[in-house]
Amino acid sequence: MLQGHQSWIFENRPSILSTGTVGGPFEAKGKIPEAFDILHEDMWINQDSWEKAQQKMLEEAIQTTLKKGRIEKEKVEFLIAGDLINQMTPTSFAASTSSIPFLGTFSACATSMESLALAASIINAKGANYILCAASSHNAATEKQFRYPTEYGGQKPPTSQWTVTGAGCALVTQNGAGPSITSATIGKVADMGMTDPFNMGGAMAIAAADTIEAHFRDMQIDPSYYDLIITGDLGHVGREVSLDLLHDRNIPIDAEKYVDCGIAIYREDQPVLAGGSGAACSAIVTYGHFLQEVMKGNLKRILVAATGSLHSTLSIQQKDPIPCIAHAVSIEARGEHI
Amino acid sequence: MIFFWAFVVGGLICVIGQIMFDVFKLSPAHTLSILVIAGAVLDGIGWYEPLIDFAGAGATVPITSFGNSLVHGAMQEAEKHGLIGVVTGMFEVTSAGISAAIIFGVIGAIIFKPKG
Amino acid sequence: MGDKKKQKLQPNQQQYQAFQQKREIKRPIFKNCIKAFLIGGLICLIGQLISTFYIYQFNFTEKTAGNPTVATLIFITMLLTGFGVYDRIAQFAGAGSAVPVTGFGNAVISSAIEYRSEGFILGVGSNMLKLAGPVIVYGVFSAFIVALIKTILTQWGGF
Repeated sequence: MLQGHQSWIFENRPSILSTGTVGGPFEAKGKIPEAFDILHEDMWINQDSWEKAQQKMLEEAIQTTLKKGRIEKEKVEFLIAGDLINQMTPTSFAASTSSIPFLGTFSACATSMESLALAASIINAKGANYILCAASSHNAATEKQFRYPTEYGGQKPPTSQWTVTGAGCALVTQNGAGPSITSATIGKVADMGMTDPFNMGGAMAIAAADTIEAHFRDMQIDPSYYDLIITGDLGHVGREVSLDLLHDRNIPIDAEKYVDCGIAIYREDQPVLAGGSGAACSAIVTYGHFLQEVMKGNLKRILVAATGSLHSTLSIQQKDPIPCIAHAVSIEARGEHI
Repeated sequence: MIFFWAFVVGGLICVIGQIMFDVFKLSPAHTLSILVIAGAVLDGIGWYEPLIDFAGAGATVPITSFGNSLVHGAMQEAEKHGLIGVVTGMFEVTSAGISAAIIFGVIGAIIFKPKG
Repeated sequence: MGDKKKQKLQPNQQQYQAFQQKREIKRPIFKNCIKAFLIGGLICLIGQLISTFYIYQFNFTEKTAGNPTVATLIFITMLLTGFGVYDRIAQFAGAGSAVPVTGFGNAVISSAIEYRSEGFILGVGSNMLKLAGPVIVYGVFSAFIVALIKTILTQWGGF
């Protein structure tokens, strides 16, 4: 299973049986509304706090995934999920209502791919038959915790990003009918001494480049192997920085083949500045959009490198730099893998 | 004419704030604190009152006036009671801004829900 | 401070930051300043209109009209904040809507509304001044120092 220094190859071909995605009103107006199974008109989702609204969306994503996969909840061995809110309460509370044995994961916005990689490796080792992995975020809950009250008038610079409101979930199983998870690369934490919390794309770009480089080195392949290389939430700034970094390291990726979930999710005329972000961003766009393209046959092999910025409000106040991470998972259409 | 100068002077104080945001990359809280301190110091050297006479609301509406009126309250009391007055008179003139913000803050919390 | 921070960085970190900075979307400083000037000026103009109204309708003087003007502006701010408009104005205006007292009001009111979910005492009460607190604290402290120096100079210095 271990390949190279920091990658796993999944010989038993764990596959994604079904997915569930939930979004908010702002996402409904975005570029890919068809990527969502459920879209809400109201940010509150009939709850009395933003955090509960996030929990509700995660519960709905889990239920939708189970329904689409025609699997009863009792058959699922583990739930691997996480989010960005203090001590991950929305995820823990959702895990409590779903009563599936639960592993909490935190890699900030890279949580989606950390969960997927762990799920695939447990399934590959026959440690389980069905594992749900999920990530969620809520724009207002994140604003409240990391930035300012939602109604506060603070001008955001053009490098800042818009946290996605939503949740994305995938059901991973033994050699099933869906697309296969073929390999994964676990990233190192990169700290470039960046301190601006309003430029996370610029801080995370190095982590994305490091992990993508490590993936090609460990797997002994080059970028032409993939139809698309997808980053989590680098936005316009981070995408350009990471693409140029990879070029400098002699890993030339076609600009058209290098896409970012944070750019793919919203339209250009929405006021998102550098693009979308948040734990739900990579989960929703990967599961709701790119995975569907793989199933339709439009894409054969994709590499998803979700990026996360591992700071807290406390660490920013105390002038600590922003450490960043990226985890990459390779997903291939049935019969396409070597 | 006072309307014209209110617009120009008020606008220019905001431009100073914007430069502190964008050029020095200060947070709103840092910027506003520095402006309040600047207002207090300007009043201390006697420059702020003439500016109010000249620009009216252009000088009283920006947050700098908060520092100015704090100093004024303190000085009024100091004239009557000496050094003790500096402490006790502080809020004599300024109370409107703070009390209005607190009162309307609580009312706002009762009647509004954040829109997100 | 800035130099001290830079010195602590490793060469590869410095190199990356320079690399990154070249690709960063720059803040449109000139455009932002124009917008701040227009909106900030407009808010002060409205303040002047309100203050003139108080002077002619309610017999306030130039000096005493300041307080009701500020209170009225903060009342308007409450409505704009509650209906979710103030944060949109602010994204356009930047310091233009942050520097006038309406920005101070918005900081207090938005915190009060946001923390309502944590209750009235520990939510609204404790967090209301979270953003605006520094302005009060350093306003009061700097005014104390200034007034202290002035008092000492005038009362004992014989000026």
